[in-house]
This record gives sequence, structure tokens and C-alpha cells, in this order.
Amino acid sequence: MQELVDLANGFSVALTLPNLGFIAIGIVLGVLIGVLPGLGGANGVAILLPLTFSMNPTSAIIMLSCIYWGALFGGAITSILFNIPGEPWSVATTFDGHPMAQQGRAAQALTAAFTSSFVGALFAVLLITFTAPLLARFALKFGPAEFFAVQLLTFCSFVGMSKEPPAKTLAAMMLGFALAAVGMDSVTGQLRMTYGVPELLKGFDFLIAVIGLFGIGEILLTMEEGLAFKGRSAKITLGVVLRTWKELLAHWVLFLRSTLIGCWMGITPGGATPASFMSYGMARRMSKHPEEFGKGRLEGVVAPETAAHAAGTAALLPMLTLGIPGSPTAAVLLGGLLIWGLQPGPMLFVEQKDFVWGLIASMYLGNVVGLIVVLTTVPWWAAILRIPFAVIAPVIIVICAIGAYTVHSSMFDVVLMLVFGVLGYLFKKLKYPLAPLVLALVLGDMAEASFRQAMLLSSGSLGIFWSNPLVGSLTTLALLLLVWPLVGRARAAFGKGGGPGKRPVGLGG
Amino acid sequence: MSEPARSDAPAVRARGPEAALAVLLQAIATLVILDSLRVGVGWADDGPRSGYFPFIVGVLLLASATWILVSQLRRWRADRSEFAERAQLRQVMSMAVPITLYVGAIAVVGLYLASIALIAWFMLRHGRYRVLSTAAVSVGVPLLAFLVFERWFLVPLPKGPVEALLGF
Repeated sequence: MQELVDLANGFSVALTLPNLGFIAIGIVLGVLIGVLPGLGGANGVAILLPLTFSMNPTSAIIMLSCIYWGALFGGAITSILFNIPGEPWSVATTFDGHPMAQQGRAAQALTAAFTSSFVGALFAVLLITFTAPLLARFALKFGPAEFFAVQLLTFCSFVGMSKEPPAKTLAAMMLGFALAAVGMDSVTGQLRMTYGVPELLKGFDFLIAVIGLFGIGEILLTMEEGLAFKGRSAKITLGVVLRTWKELLAHWVLFLRSTLIGCWMGITPGGATPASFMSYGMARRMSKHPEEFGKGRLEGVVAPETAAHAAGTAALLPMLTLGIPGSPTAAVLLGGLLIWGLQPGPMLFVEQKDFVWGLIASMYLGNVVGLIVVLTTVPWWAAILRIPFAVIAPVIIVICAIGAYTVHSSMFDVVLMLVFGVLGYLFKKLKYPLAPLVLALVLGDMAEASFRQAMLLSSGSLGIFWSNPLVGSLTTLALLLLVWPLVGRARAAFGKGGGPGKRPVGLGG
Repeated sequence: MSEPARSDAPAVRARGPEAALAVLLQAIATLVILDSLRVGVGWADDGPRSGYFPFIVGVLLLASATWILVSQLRRWRADRSEFAERAQLRQVMSMAVPITLYVGAIAVVGLYLASIALIAWFMLRHGRYRVLSTAAVSVGVPLLAFLVFERWFLVPLPKGPVEALLGF
């Protein structure tokens, strides 16, 4: 039970007055980010990251991760009251959440959503508390080949499990790797792909990419709809909360199933968005009244919210233990660790105990604070959403520009942000996934380093990736996931009579 | 976009942008491959050269972009999927153009004045706000940014000649 002792130490780190303050600020900022269109978990954290350079790393990551929890909570508010998913992972929440609001049950829907989020996150944090140290201890034995195999598994599972066409997933990912390689090669000191442009010496910073892709890109996308917010208002009273909680107790199987889906999708880089859809689909299929889904069933809110929050939280498990983030936001947090001079991965659990356990403890506290904050302040957030887009949009653009500039105090980065914004819009419209691009950009250097080290050890033979059972099975699993879409396509081509294929594998939009 | 603009056309089809983006990715892949060949894709005495890993990345990018392009070209006539309606694209451009001008303006007059202009433009043009409330928001937001960044967190933001005149 070493974990409990460590966790208690973690609480003593997180429970100091300044850190509690950072938790509260983080949650409030996070809900705000989650509510506003064009600002999401990933780019919200990216924009605020430069502000934390002067803070101590533990407080900084506590605040930034709380922004993430807050954003996860905030997405539900816009989905239910306004039928506008503030975040991609709350799209599934609109299916039943908004009908409930239209029937005058907004408070009940919101309470259910927040509570589900909380439960999902709580289980995921428990999972992290007890498995992260084990996984880290296990990963201490990893050599470069094992690390590359895990990274390969991460990226191959993107191709295999993504709902986007595999060629587009691969293209987005390779673009990320290519951008990561620009600049000085850290091993040989040679300049790569700068083509004589001095601004490219430092390479492409993923923070700029995140702000552009998710911030500006999202604003352009939102503009298409010519948004006019028309929403319901809601006030949550204690009576409604208690009544809804009583009702929710009956759905414990649903909670358990949604949490499991969420944790699994969060650890493997499926992410919160597919987890929420999958969980919603499962809930509908297993329900006794599937025909009532989409018309305002409580389960239709519980299932996606639980899974999304569990996935969002569980995404930090591989980030902390292996240095491989399970979601774009986790990738941004990982980038923060690198900037503060902390190397994510198994050594973190040995060398930076205070940091790791302080962070894990803050996950418990952050979600408790988050639940209380959102339950009590819903009317204010709904009021913010009534501010017309003509005011919100330019303000968000200003915030994105400030965020992009402050990373390196470089005007070139602001221009890059714009370029990434247009790219993000095109990618979204043409159904290229953004997450693999961002993850490849973050992990590119690490993946290349472990690949080259492995190649050095084996003098260039790929056999090293099958040199022992562990690395061999990881590599084989990765390659299996990579060809999975081809299997699905072959099945669809040869077995047309045998029912519709589950996965549409056609190329192109 | 890639088709001749006709006012009666209901929507822009996806196939043009789709092919164009694939070609752009091919061009990027070519740049990656060429530069990797320049720095060396083989082995030196101390291990793989700098171009070793990027070369593989470039080849995979070229392959996947070509795959996307070819499959798009193969169903060129049959593909009727839409990119966006023209009215929607006009909306997007009404945002994209001001953002581009804004980024250009930051380089010239600094972030503060550019932000005031951007917010004021949107509020007057799209929100039809009165001048007074427009002025309040468009000046208030950059002022808040100034306080938070320059005063509290000591992070300097880009400034132009006007701020220099005021002594910042």
C-alpha cells in the first residue's frame, strides 16, 4: 500500500493554500474555456502555458490540469442548454441533453451530466493511483526498442481505430512527424528542412500548432453556421440535485460500463470523443427502450459524459508513466512538463515523487471542486453564452494571438498560427483527424530518438523490434492494428451478403 | 475555390479542395524527402544520419497523399459530396480576411491597436452595436490583456510606434 502513503504525501502538496487557489482558478478558467466556442481544453491549456513558466512546476501542472477538468465539465453546459457542443466530446451529450432541456428538465440533465463526469473521472483517477506506479516500475526496464514499440503502437492504433479514413490519418500523422523534424537535429546538430529560413531553426512549436488548429480553425468552422445562440436557462436547486442523484443510483451498471469504455479509450489514444459516442451507442443498444433515446432519456446524458470524462482523465496515465499522451490536451500538458525541465516517463515516479503525487492528488480535489463549482454557477455560464458571437469571436482571436505570441515572443509564430488555423479548417472540412497531427508533432523528437537508438543498438537491423517477447508482441500488435482497416475492407468487399460492415473504410470525404 | 464561381451554384463540391490538399501534402512530402537526401539517409560512423528518420516519414507522407489523390481522381465524376455552401464560405471569408489583416496589423502597429480595431470591426459590422458599447469592449479587452500580461505576469506583448510614443 505504498501508493496510499504516496497519495497522502501528494495531498499534503496539493492541499497547501496557494495550490488550492490554483485549483479553483484552473477550474473556473477551464469551465469558461469549455463553454466558449473556439477555445477548448487543448488550446486553452496551450494559451495559458506561457503564463506558468515562472511558476513552480507542481503548481503549474495542478492549475493546467484543472483547466482540463473544468473544460470537460463546461462542454456539457452548452450541449444541454444551447444544443451547441462546446467540445467535440460533448456532441453525444446533445442527443438527449438538449431534448431534456426543451422539456423543462434542464436542471436534471445538467445535474446528471456533471455527476456522471465526476464519477467517470473519479474511477479513472483511482485507476491512475493504483496502476500508474506499477506501470512506471514495469516501464523502467524499457530500452529504446521497447519505447519505440509503444510509440508505434500508439500511432498504429490511431490508424486502425480512427473513424476517419486510414490514408488521411496516416497523412496527418506523417505531416506532424515531418514538422517535428524541422530545425536542428539534436543528435548530429545538422539543420534539417529549414531551406535557409532563419525562423525555422527552432522548428515548429506544437503549442502554436494547437492554438492555430483548434482555436482559429474552430472559429472559422463556427462561422460557417453564422451562429446565433438560442438557449434555455437553468437554475439548479438542491432538491433537484438530490432527486437526480437518487435516480442515478439505479443506473450503476451503466456508470460502470461507461467508465470502462472511457478508461480503455483514454489509455489507448482513442480519446474522449470516440469514447463518448461508443458509450452512447452501447447504452442505446442495451437499453430496454432504445426508441426513446434521442428524445430526452437520462441514460443518454449519463453514458457519454461518464465515458468522456473517464477517457479524458485516463489519458494522463500513459502520459505520466510512459511519456505518451492519450489525447491532444494530455500532449500539451506533456509539452509543459518538457518546458519545465521534467522528463515524462517512468523516471518521473522515482525522481519527482512530490510532483507526480501532487498532481494525482489534485485530480481528486480538482474534480470535487469542479463538481461543486459547476452545480452552483450554471446560470452565470449560461449568461456568458448569450453574449453574441460578434463579440466573442474577435475576443477569442485576440486571446489566441496573444497566446501564440507569448510562447517565444515571436511575431513569426502569430503568422504560423494563422497558417495552422486555415489548415485546421481544411482538415476538419475534409475529415482529416487533428489529434494524430498534434501527437506526432509533440512526440516526433522522442520517437525519432528512440528509433535511432534502437537502430544503433542493432546496427540497423529491424530485428531488434522482435528481439524479446515484450517488444515483439508490442510491435506485432502495432502492425496488426495498422492493417486492421484493410481487414475490414476485405471483409466488406468479399462478404457483402453477411450484413453491413461495422466500419466504413472508404477513402475520401 | 477550384470551380468557376457561378452565383446559382448551391454548394462547392469537396473534390476540388480534396485534390488540392492532397497535392499540397505531396509537395511537402517532396520537400521532406529532398532535404533528407541532402543531409544523408544512410549510415555514418556514429549511426544513422540526420535524414534517416525524416526520409521514412517523407516517403509515408507521399504515399498516403498519393493514395488520397488517386482515390479522389478515380471517383471524380461520381463524387457529389459537398465542401460547403457558398453562403457559408462567404461567412468564413468574412472571418478569415479580418484575421489575416489583424495578424498583419500586429506586425505594424502592435497588438493593442490591432485588437481594438478587430473587435470594433466585428461589433459594428456583424453585431450592429452602438458606438459606445463597441468602444467599451474594444478598448477594455486589450486594456485587460495589458494589465494581466505586462503588469502581473511581466510578459511583454508586441507594441508599435503609438505605444512607444506613450512611453512603453
